[in-house]
Amino acid sequence: MSEWDPKIVAFCCNWCSYAGADLAGVSRMQYPPNARVIRVMCTGRLEPEFILRAFELGADGVLVAGCHIGDCHYVSGNERAVEKIAMTAELLDVLGIDKRRLRLEWISASEGRIFADTMKDFVDKIKELGPSPAKGAVK
Amino acid sequence: MTKIEKIIEDAGAFDCVECGKCTSLCPVAKINPNFAPRLIVVKAQAGMEDEVKADKDIWSCVTCEICNDMCPYEVDFSGFIQRMRGEAVGMGNAPVCSEAGAIHTMQRLTGKGQKQNRLVWLTDDLKVKDKGDVFFFTGCAYQLGILFKDKAEELKRVPASVVKILNAAGIEPVVSNDEVCCGHDLIWSGNEAAFKELMKKNVATIKASGAKTVVFSCAEGYRTFSIDYQDFLGDLDFEIKHISEYLLDLIKQGKLQFKDSNVKVTYHDSCRLGRHMGVYDQPREILKAMNVELVEMPNIEEKAICCGVNAFANCNEVSRKMQLDRLLEAKGTDTSAMLTFCPKCLIHYNCLLKMEKKPAELEKADINVRDFSNFIAENLKGSL
Repeated sequence: MSEWDPKIVAFCCNWCSYAGADLAGVSRMQYPPNARVIRVMCTGRLEPEFILRAFELGADGVLVAGCHIGDCHYVSGNERAVEKIAMTAELLDVLGIDKRRLRLEWISASEGRIFADTMKDFVDKIKELGPSPAKGAVK
Repeated sequence: MTKIEKIIEDAGAFDCVECGKCTSLCPVAKINPNFAPRLIVVKAQAGMEDEVKADKDIWSCVTCEICNDMCPYEVDFSGFIQRMRGEAVGMGNAPVCSEAGAIHTMQRLTGKGQKQNRLVWLTDDLKVKDKGDVFFFTGCAYQLGILFKDKAEELKRVPASVVKILNAAGIEPVVSNDEVCCGHDLIWSGNEAAFKELMKKNVATIKASGAKTVVFSCAEGYRTFSIDYQDFLGDLDFEIKHISEYLLDLIKQGKLQFKDSNVKVTYHDSCRLGRHMGVYDQPREILKAMNVELVEMPNIEEKAICCGVNAFANCNEVSRKMQLDRLLEAKGTDTSAMLTFCPKCLIHYNCLLKMEKKPAELEKADINVRDFSNFIAENLKGSL
């Protein structure tokens, strides 16, 4: 069997973090390729279901990245995300999935460096935690 | 015999004499004239299976079992719907699930073999055991309390309340971290494979504990174990009891004492506990023993109005209308709370009550929908 490599799903908001990821890319910054980036219009669009479903389908970690508080394109979408992510983390904990596997970060369009560093750090943390325990028989 | 023919035969649908009682009593048909249980049965009988399977109306049924209860030929309409839904999903006719399906995913995630932390509510003052005669099946009340924090946070207290009541009666129940979701919402949304996996895990967990009796607070878990588990596995070698039946015995033995209270409440018969399982009297007798005045709503027991949503699928304006009807009945009783054992009823009614733009009739209405087990625990003698 080949060595385990973490699978990470990164939900990035259209207005800040997706552009931040783009900047990291065009600036040729090196960061681990473990994340599958999914663009959402706003972190406030994220339902707890998206995160639960990612774990059900075998993700080892989920990163949610959006505009800094106060910078949301939709005024307060990211404030909603804070609440929803906190609630989802509590639920993950009860379900036996370490809540450190879910991370919320604010990354603006100019912060390509922060995007690359966050990715590196998150992949390292997930490697420490090991594969997600919730990978049993899928239904 | 094809699978569909078997479903029709098991439900006794060939006995249907097309009297139409089901459709005239159906709470969905009252609001949505396009929905008719009789028509669905007649279509299935006539061999129009694909049409039935592809019909979105298969998700409109709230499985409240008013039709089963009133059918003179005892056609098992809800059983028919339950199994046809599995076939419908296979054809791509899937339901629209509330919260984008988070509840169903959460329930499936309980059974993936990881070590859960489902007993986080267990504090030091609550006495429980690893092995023993009485197993308390905690269900997903705590998890639902997290997901519906803004609507029904009191659900987080339900497991602790039940243990507290049992402790007060001198019983130390078994609770298990290996328990998984009972699978109620999965089988009613057409996912039989996932349901069976969860079922096997739960039965193994209970057998390992050596329990002779399993106690439920949740009406849905109680129904799922009593009917669906035994449909698949035959008789289970443990007794299944609802907390209201179990507590009533303890009260009769004088093991539970209550505070003096002068509150007035009303009681909502959830469909799973009432029409599905026939538990009507026990909750009322418990209220009597507690010296709590019960003011009945106009539609009670087998006529109780449904909360409008089944298995978190297909919540729509028909559901809202049903919820409104029930809440207006509750408002009319002028009591401090409407009690129910079913966590789903609690969520669905609170969902309407706590809406930003709620119906005008509910403005300024002081209605509390509360969990029965929590209410009992709060009124135990010596509790704060």
